[in-house]
Amino acid sequence: MKKKTRFTDHIWVVLLSILAVAYLYPIFMILINSLKKERAIGTSNIFSLPTSETFAGFTNYINALGAQGFAKSLGYSVLITITAVAAILVCCSMCAWYITRVRNKFTSALYYLFVFSMVVPFQMVMFTLSQTADSLDLNKPWNIWVIYLGFGAGLAVFMFAGFMKSIPLEIEEASMIDGCNPIQTFFLVVFPILKPTLVSVGILEAMWVWNDYLLPVLVLDIKKYKTIPMLIQYFRGSYGKVEMGPMMASIMMTIIPIIIVYLLGQKQIIKGVAAGAVKG
Amino acid sequence: MDKALKKYAPIFVIPTTAAFIIGFVIPFIEGLYLSFCRFTTVSNAKWVGFDNFKYALTDADFRQSFVFTVSFAVVSIILINVGGLGLALLLTRKLRGTNIFRTIFFMPNLIGGIVLGYIWQILINCILSNAGKPLLALNSTAGYWGLIILMCWQQIGYMMIIYIAGLQNVPDDILEAAAIDGASPVKTFFRVKLPMIMPSITICVFLTLTNSFKLFDQNLALTAGAPKHSTEMLALNIYNTFYARAGMQWKGYGQSKAVIFCILVIVISMIQLRATRSREVQA
Repeated sequence: MKKKTRFTDHIWVVLLSILAVAYLYPIFMILINSLKKERAIGTSNIFSLPTSETFAGFTNYINALGAQGFAKSLGYSVLITITAVAAILVCCSMCAWYITRVRNKFTSALYYLFVFSMVVPFQMVMFTLSQTADSLDLNKPWNIWVIYLGFGAGLAVFMFAGFMKSIPLEIEEASMIDGCNPIQTFFLVVFPILKPTLVSVGILEAMWVWNDYLLPVLVLDIKKYKTIPMLIQYFRGSYGKVEMGPMMASIMMTIIPIIIVYLLGQKQIIKGVAAGAVKG
Repeated sequence: MDKALKKYAPIFVIPTTAAFIIGFVIPFIEGLYLSFCRFTTVSNAKWVGFDNFKYALTDADFRQSFVFTVSFAVVSIILINVGGLGLALLLTRKLRGTNIFRTIFFMPNLIGGIVLGYIWQILINCILSNAGKPLLALNSTAGYWGLIILMCWQQIGYMMIIYIAGLQNVPDDILEAAAIDGASPVKTFFRVKLPMIMPSITICVFLTLTNSFKLFDQNLALTAGAPKHSTEMLALNIYNTFYARAGMQWKGYGQSKAVIFCILVIVISMIQLRATRSREVQA
């Protein structure tokens, strides 16, 4: 039976390789153009490789880093992603534990509200949310995590609660009998068991916060603070001719950190995504 | 244990709940209320009854964006799920380089919608201009297919991962039994594998459905609705109603559109979950 499939398997590998090259091509195209001189980036020669005449080295990257406030935006994006994801992981796992262990009308109502919030489209709340954030002064890169905690709670609580149902109660009861209070029990016993779920929730929420565009645009003051997606959209929309070289370099600098993180942790990321979906 | 834990309720529940109330509950209730009002900020709202809804339901652009969203959703859901399942089947056959292929096909998922939209805008515009056709800003057919290609590029890898997980959970003894009974590969797929991975199909169709209805970033970055709102999807139409025009009436119109949109998304996802859940089987 095995011998029969061999030949078709070779054909499949060839076809998949062609598809893989096509998949990578758009990113490759941005990469080669980010290394060209400005006048060599046009609609007719966008597909050609840089030659010795048109090769610009890293000047586009240096220009992008300097002139467009890219470094600042990168800093804001990193700050927002780290604070938001940390807050979501700690607060939502605690909340989910309480909801699964203390069963009453209040906790089940809260649980269904969290689930409901996952389906509601952002446009439903975007205007009122930005007004609420303004009035509570939660519109700075260092405290916008509160909004992300509230808006990301649905998915996180749902996934944590799904996993916690499978943790045997006896472990927690044993630690309580040994004299731990609930806080110690949670952080010393439950939290370590949660590790795989923490990783998958962390990955899903980080992907969301890092790439999010509309929420920070509406909540942050765009003149003062721009995250990376905001910066890219802003420069495209600004008046006058957009310089393509630095633009392509900015796109590459946005993608490269993601690809590095992905290649380093791809097993965890792929597992996390699959686990997250099965829970859903 | 309940009792001991209850004393600590404030520490465990309040941080998340407070943020949830600020970030979701209050905006949601205010949003519902404001859909019946004329306003420019939350504090100057004036009750106008169903006027906003009347406008929203008769707005030609809104209806056009509904049609566009539905036709986009139908085609992209089919293509993404067939593509994702097809790749998953190939990548569970122990072919050479399976891991590399999986890594590559999943990668576009990690790139944000704004950046993706921009990359594809550059690429598609160059192809169009070399072919002597009108660019995206004037070409709604290219805008439609561009969005579909972009979404396939981004989402097939994600669905593929979920389908791979589903296929790996199909027990070997069932597949062996099918082989001994003389079932052809095609028959094994439709009669054994497909019913067994129904839970994965439920999830993937649900995700692609809600993603395509809620799509915003990619739409804004690729076409921004051009030409003349013809490639504008529901979310972008609502955004433009809110922020692209000045005048007392627009925010109320936008909010009532958002309420209609919200109800639509909830109803569609409920129907879909019911429909595919009922086809799930137990091993």
